[in-house]
Amino acid sequence: MTLSTGAASVAVISPAPVIDIRGLVKRYGDVEAVSGIDLQVQSGELFGFLGPNGAGKSTTIKILCTLVLPTEGEARVAGLDVRTQRAAVRRHIGLVFQEPTLDEYLSAEQNLRFHAAIYGMPRRIISSRIEVVLELVGLSDRRRSLVRTFSGGMKRRLEIARGLLHSPRVLFLDEPTIGLDPESRLTLWRYVDELRQREDITVFLTTHYMDEAERCDRIGIVNHGRMVALGTPAELKAGVGDDRVRVRTSDNDMAVRSIRKALGVEAVNDGDALLVTVNDGEAFIPRLFEIGINVQSVSVSRPTLDDVFMAHAGRRIGDQEAAAAVRRPMGMR
Amino acid sequence: MSNTPSAMAPVAVAPVEPNVAPVKLPLGGYRHEFRAVRVVWQRDMIRIWGDKARIVSTMLQPLLFLFVLGAGLSAVVAGGSHGADYKTFLFPGVIVTGILFTAMFSAISIVWDREFGFLREMMVAPISSSSIVVGKCLAGGTIATLQSLLLIALGGLVHVPYRVGLVAGMAGIVFVTSFALTAFGLVLAARVKSVQTLMPMVQMLLMPMMFLSGALYPLGTGVPDWLRLVARFNPLSYGVSAARSLVLSYLPGGGATGHLFVGLSWMGWPVPAWLDVVVVAAIGIVLLTVACILFRRTE
Repeated sequence: MTLSTGAASVAVISPAPVIDIRGLVKRYGDVEAVSGIDLQVQSGELFGFLGPNGAGKSTTIKILCTLVLPTEGEARVAGLDVRTQRAAVRRHIGLVFQEPTLDEYLSAEQNLRFHAAIYGMPRRIISSRIEVVLELVGLSDRRRSLVRTFSGGMKRRLEIARGLLHSPRVLFLDEPTIGLDPESRLTLWRYVDELRQREDITVFLTTHYMDEAERCDRIGIVNHGRMVALGTPAELKAGVGDDRVRVRTSDNDMAVRSIRKALGVEAVNDGDALLVTVNDGEAFIPRLFEIGINVQSVSVSRPTLDDVFMAHAGRRIGDQEAAAAVRRPMGMR
Repeated sequence: MSNTPSAMAPVAVAPVEPNVAPVKLPLGGYRHEFRAVRVVWQRDMIRIWGDKARIVSTMLQPLLFLFVLGAGLSAVVAGGSHGADYKTFLFPGVIVTGILFTAMFSAISIVWDREFGFLREMMVAPISSSSIVVGKCLAGGTIATLQSLLLIALGGLVHVPYRVGLVAGMAGIVFVTSFALTAFGLVLAARVKSVQTLMPMVQMLLMPMMFLSGALYPLGTGVPDWLRLVARFNPLSYGVSAARSLVLSYLPGGGATGHLFVGLSWMGWPVPAWLDVVVVAAIGIVLLTVACILFRRTE
């Protein structure tokens, strides 16, 4: 393995990102699907790539997977140019699509062997590697079963195993849990967590599920072809506003006056409780007990990623046809 | 998908993070592509083996032609005196048209793959889409050849002698023809999104191709000129013609049914059997090239 001196010297100062997108633009005729995205994802990150349908999300992923050429700008995956080193990029990425891409009439192992061959894996390592990835997703005992006998969750896990087979640097998971029941989703995530501990891999995830976005190290939200928010879930949530403290007292009217006088904030009625919006909800709670009101219950809720998504993309994260299968967002529009 | 030599060659990529385990650089270039062709072929072999119903059903149709249609028409068509009759004449035609269905089915299977997503798994791999197309054509050719060998085994029932040269020659003709037909099917399948759309197209083409190939009756004098003209542009005709010449050359009393065994002719010049095969092979290569180009642009 040769190290180009340029890249090596850069690496010493700061590790080069495994995904490096600069000024990415993609136009289809007059339509601009991506209008200038910049993004760096570090090795080992679990990166959540969110955005409403039609925001430029899929196009960006297709460019990264070398399925579509960018109109302008540059994108590198594992240091390789998606424009000029397509085959090499493809060898270094694993793809798990929304739609199934398994041959159901082959066994799990036959699917994996097929994959190994078309990815040009050295023959001597194939068997041991198949064992590793099947074990990783808990399908070792089903290796000889035809895929069509698998449940939806098992198929997804097999796809992930296959995506990992050729030891990619980046695993793209495009809505990996869509159409799965909650239990299968949980199982799948357990395997993904495990995988991240065992393999040195970057996961690039798209999802419409808030709880899955919450797992990410960092999140980027795209809208109208641009990156409108980028940061850790905590940073993004902090960016959209304050904590909400719900208090129930024996006398709400009196409590409103006391809170206003002693703490200088306005509480509003919210059903049989009071709602106070403050910067730091947890620090606010002890102060409630110091002002002589009879607190019966209190709870703090933080802005959710849903609120973040709402703020940046103008709609709820699950407000997509994709999420309809499991959770229909209520009270919208 | 482009696979320029530079993109395929093992890339001396600088591993951008020194702390990361070295990336395995797989084989590149033609060896990798050959391996891809082989595994695409192999997959179809595994699948046909697991699909016994398909093997049986593709065998039934030629048998029906040979022993039902053949038996019925033998009474009408004057045969020779040495045991060779209309069924003997029909035999090579049935074998070659039998593979028409098999080859088309192989091509259709790529649309199944598209519908069920597996084509995507192949198309996003670091291989040329042409390797997929070539693998599919080879698989179509192999399956059809194996099928025809089963039919050739029944040749004795219609007075076709068992000779090594005949069987080998027949297998060769069938392979070349079915390769070309699979390529033709892939050209049709390249832009089609669902099997539902493709099936009527194939149905619409299969029967005319069969009837205009000279498989069921000789394309001699007495057949309308327009029909003979059209048959000349049908790749299947050349396969039938070659197979028939081959069978004739092994018949002991060949001359007796000679009036039935009329090959194709170009402007009155009888096309020799070897040229028939060359024509089919050439058509096959052209169609294969078209299919490769079409698949490169899709997806």
